[in-house]
Amino acid sequence: MRIELQKRARVSTLFSVLSPLLALALTLLFGAIMFWLLGKNPVSALYSFFIEPLLEVWSLHELAIKAAPLILIAVGLSVCYRSNNWNIGAEGQFTIGAITGSILPVLYPAWHSPMILPLMLILGMLGGALYAGIPALLKTRFNTNEILTSLMLVYIAQLYLDWLVRGPWRDPQGNNFPITKTFQIEAVVPEILSSSGRAHWAFIFAIVAAVALWFMMRFMLKGFEVSVLGQSERAGRFAGFSARRMVWFSMLLSGALAGLAGISEVSGSIGHLQPIISPGYGFTAIIVAFLGRLNPLGIIASGLVLALTYLGGEAAQLSIGISDKVSRVFQGLLLFFVLSCDTLIHYRIRLIFSGMKTGEVKG
Amino acid sequence: MTLSEGPAAVPLLSVRGLTKLFGSFAACNAIDLDIAPGEIRALLGENGAGKSTLVKMLFGVLQPSAGEMLWEGSPVTIGSPGEARRLGIGMVFQHFSLFEALTVAENIALSLDPKISLARISDEAASLSKAYGLPLDPKAHVADLSVGERQRIEIVRALLQNPKLIILDEPTSVLTPQEADRLFETLFKLKAEGRSVLYISHRLEEVRRICDRATVLRHGKVTGACDPKHETPASLARMMVGSDVAEVHRDAGTALGDIRIEVRNLSVPARTPFAVSLKNIAMNVRAGEVLAIAGVAGNGQGELFDVLSGEYPVAEDEAIRIRGKAVGRTGINGRRLLGAGFVPEERHGHAAVSAMALSDNLLLARSQSDRKAFLSGGAFSVIRFDAIRSATRRICEAMDVRKSGEDPQAGSLSGGNLQKFIVGRELDRQPSVLVVNQPTWGVDAGAASRIRQALIDLAKSGSAVVVISQDLDEIFEVATNIAVISEGRLSEPHPAGTLTLERIGLLMGGVHESHSVPEAAHAH
Amino acid sequence: MFEAILLTVITASTPLVLAALGELVTERSGVLNLGVEGMMIMGAVCAFVAAQLTGSPYAGILAGILGGGIFSLLFGFLTLTLVANQVATGLALTILGLGLSGQIGEAFVGQPGIKLQPIVFPLLSDIPFFGRVLFSQDLIFYLSVALVIGIHWFLFKSRTGLKLRAIGDSHSSAHALGINVIRTRYLAVMFGGACAGLAGAQLSLVYTPQWVENMSAGRGWIALALVVFASWRPWRILAGGYLFGAVGIGQLHAQILAQNLGIVIPSQFLSALPYAATIVVLIIISHNRRTTLINTPASLGKPFVPDR
Repeated sequence: MRIELQKRARVSTLFSVLSPLLALALTLLFGAIMFWLLGKNPVSALYSFFIEPLLEVWSLHELAIKAAPLILIAVGLSVCYRSNNWNIGAEGQFTIGAITGSILPVLYPAWHSPMILPLMLILGMLGGALYAGIPALLKTRFNTNEILTSLMLVYIAQLYLDWLVRGPWRDPQGNNFPITKTFQIEAVVPEILSSSGRAHWAFIFAIVAAVALWFMMRFMLKGFEVSVLGQSERAGRFAGFSARRMVWFSMLLSGALAGLAGISEVSGSIGHLQPIISPGYGFTAIIVAFLGRLNPLGIIASGLVLALTYLGGEAAQLSIGISDKVSRVFQGLLLFFVLSCDTLIHYRIRLIFSGMKTGEVKG
Repeated sequence: MTLSEGPAAVPLLSVRGLTKLFGSFAACNAIDLDIAPGEIRALLGENGAGKSTLVKMLFGVLQPSAGEMLWEGSPVTIGSPGEARRLGIGMVFQHFSLFEALTVAENIALSLDPKISLARISDEAASLSKAYGLPLDPKAHVADLSVGERQRIEIVRALLQNPKLIILDEPTSVLTPQEADRLFETLFKLKAEGRSVLYISHRLEEVRRICDRATVLRHGKVTGACDPKHETPASLARMMVGSDVAEVHRDAGTALGDIRIEVRNLSVPARTPFAVSLKNIAMNVRAGEVLAIAGVAGNGQGELFDVLSGEYPVAEDEAIRIRGKAVGRTGINGRRLLGAGFVPEERHGHAAVSAMALSDNLLLARSQSDRKAFLSGGAFSVIRFDAIRSATRRICEAMDVRKSGEDPQAGSLSGGNLQKFIVGRELDRQPSVLVVNQPTWGVDAGAASRIRQALIDLAKSGSAVVVISQDLDEIFEVATNIAVISEGRLSEPHPAGTLTLERIGLLMGGVHESHSVPEAAHAH
Repeated sequence: MFEAILLTVITASTPLVLAALGELVTERSGVLNLGVEGMMIMGAVCAFVAAQLTGSPYAGILAGILGGGIFSLLFGFLTLTLVANQVATGLALTILGLGLSGQIGEAFVGQPGIKLQPIVFPLLSDIPFFGRVLFSQDLIFYLSVALVIGIHWFLFKSRTGLKLRAIGDSHSSAHALGINVIRTRYLAVMFGGACAGLAGAQLSLVYTPQWVENMSAGRGWIALALVVFASWRPWRILAGGYLFGAVGIGQLHAQILAQNLGIVIPSQFLSALPYAATIVVLIIISHNRRTTLINTPASLGKPFVPDR
């Protein structure tokens, strides 16, 4: 038996919608098999992984907290990937954004002014954007592969943060823990509905960013430019668009959003800097971007789904004693299935059994 | 060598009811074909008639959906090119199946028995190429070779397997007339040895000249068989197209106006290792003139288009003037705003994005030149989809673009229809300057004649038109003046009536005339 | 002292050389697999677990090769059969590999590992200096050197290697000549996976014989950079691998040296050196677009769907 692809005459709208759902279903199926192999009851494991976290209000707040950085980073990445710029160093831009955004509260802990938070957010975005500007500069100036450079910069950013919080920025009153002083109250991103849970404004930023970028991609010439250059640089040049400027635009945009995610996370969820500030948001956001089919509105939904895998991992660890590493396996599987199912959008898949009999499987 | 010398009663290759379906589309529909030993058989047909699909099945690259093949009278299935070669079928592909990064010998080795050493292959290739008058250096890298030399590799590669049948797919479309003559001599030599040749072409003159019999395909079906020597080009064309093709009309002696495109001392270094550098190009194109630039593929046509269009501006601003304004450093949209329009050679991924709708592809070329009509919202540049769609409709009607649905993906259109849209997209603006590279490459006869007529009409209405083309028939059909590009050098233009095919052939082959001082070009 | 440093450099360089060699073969066939990091970490965990369960490091080596090779099939299926985007699929392979290896290895965290012992060549190892450095190493080191020679011969002397290069140059031409593009690419991807798996085995059996999550620490990515650095030539992989390895070891010694001299250089800065060095090397290499264009396999990363 072998598999043959046949190009569809036109893109299947049906499968554009179904593909992420199919991928989710397959991931759950494989997840069930994995739990069964680990000796757990698949049904109850999946329940505590994916349903339980949705049943309580405080938990929904946690979901929003986890989804916010994922969505913020992923909508930026979607613009990058649509324009064929492969920024995979969002984790580093997140980290640098967190650092530059924290300059004010760490160095001026006694400054109490309503100006401090907006300045922090701007500094965070600037930091993230500048850090993403390094691979952009190297790509446009030296033709260096942005995949490798942006990734190498992740390691460097993390080591830099580690040095800061163990060295110059360490809180002298912190019992030798590698953390900075806790941010003053004016430097903390406020909660949205403090009566019911911790969710803060980062989630609002994420929704605003997603809607704004959706509008750009859908209705504005800039979005058209992104799509054209992503599909064919040559056609883009014919249209008078500059691939070089697009490298800068997409990298700086995604870097700024990752930086905003970084400072919002540190300021809103953690309250100080520490060596580890992210459970891999920058990498998980890659999955979020693809699961959302690189569409900013789709990314809002997929960001919530991936946030759920984080929460579910924590929940399942407590309730049924499964390691939280399971959530990373889930995330990896999900990306695989998303990529496989996307084939159905452009191709019919035929299974050819030996003997020339042709059986059409899906659509 | 002695091949089967019996009477032609047993054909070398017989094809019965051969059919190839792509989905529900029949590229080949119940084709019958007999090839006798020692004959040169022509396979005629338009682009998209199914010629390439048929020969790919004969060579085992594609598998037929139905039908049978008989080789020397016994039924065979040809499952792969390897099996075809073992039977004695050799193939010279239209778009060469060569590897640029490898040497000539390595390229040949890839289709031979792996036990034969590279050294032996080099020797045999060298002696064979000498015997057939096809000089080749086995150690050269393909990337460094001209198109004609590349075709020689393909032919030598096919001959090394001592085939009984050689299939050539559109072999002369990339050759100068002189190179084509040399190829025909080789083919006659093969025929004299008792080998058969299946010769695929849409060039009627040469089919009449060298082929013993012709089989005509249309829409995947055999529509006729004849002795081409007893036919006229017009009668062959009617068999191919199914109806008379509108002839292209040109009024003689339209008065020429002011200079619209002026190129002086334009030299551009090669951008990539595989590109051609442009050397001291000079030309003037006046309102009402069609300047046709002939040349063999890969002699700088693409590079010339790139600098004329402004996709790759040049350092010297004065080197190019459009309507009197120096634009060397101006980008493509700046030149469009001066009233220029451009049609690149490659439809997919250059002139159009295949996966985008036609209306998007309209915006692609005209987002700045028609900014007021297609965009709103000031700095936000919000796209006015309704305006673009109605313009798309207008263009499709004007150029008779056949499509499925209101606004389909560019990639779903046939080559001819997409090209009509791409040309129509520029004509719709009534450009005062139009530069077109290979306007009818891979386009059916009906669309080709419509496009050529449109180019002539545009010039007649007072625009300056540059047509870069490899198709000499086309050049003579549309040109007011003809220049030839060879190795990045452009010859002086000659009035179309004063040039013979032979003279152009010599210029295409790189016989340069001494380049006079640029000022002298004003004389034309 | 110098000999000892050289020995550590060799140990640090071998996994880079191995993973890069495998990726070189994959890329020569026209496939860009960015999942080296994921295949490497899968190899590391499979090797460690198998060695712990059987008590034999050689079973570990085998498991590492199989682990990396089988894991790469996932990539092959998606990109070759389903023509998914190679860049995205490579990232997916890395993400899944890091997660899956963490899950598999969880029970083994903190266990003392079994170190692969050197194989000492009796006479050769007595040669002063070179004997100890080159002829009393472990099996994986010998394999890495043999692979450099073997892959060079395969690519440039054998007919199958010629076919592989031809596919990497133009898959449509190769298909028209009847070369089986998909099958060859599957084999090339699997070979790349097996090499990355072997590199991972070296990490968990030789370099630091234990299981630590994410222990590949970006080496897979550095190996990818190494392929570009070597402009797709096996011998240059060897040279480049040792250069990168030397930077990694050099920073360790620099830390000790600085400490002894009383100079304070933050350890994080030195740890960042290999990553920074990779970026610098990439800049130098890709700076010359001409040579990059000539050396890069022309169909690298492009999807291939044969028409039938």
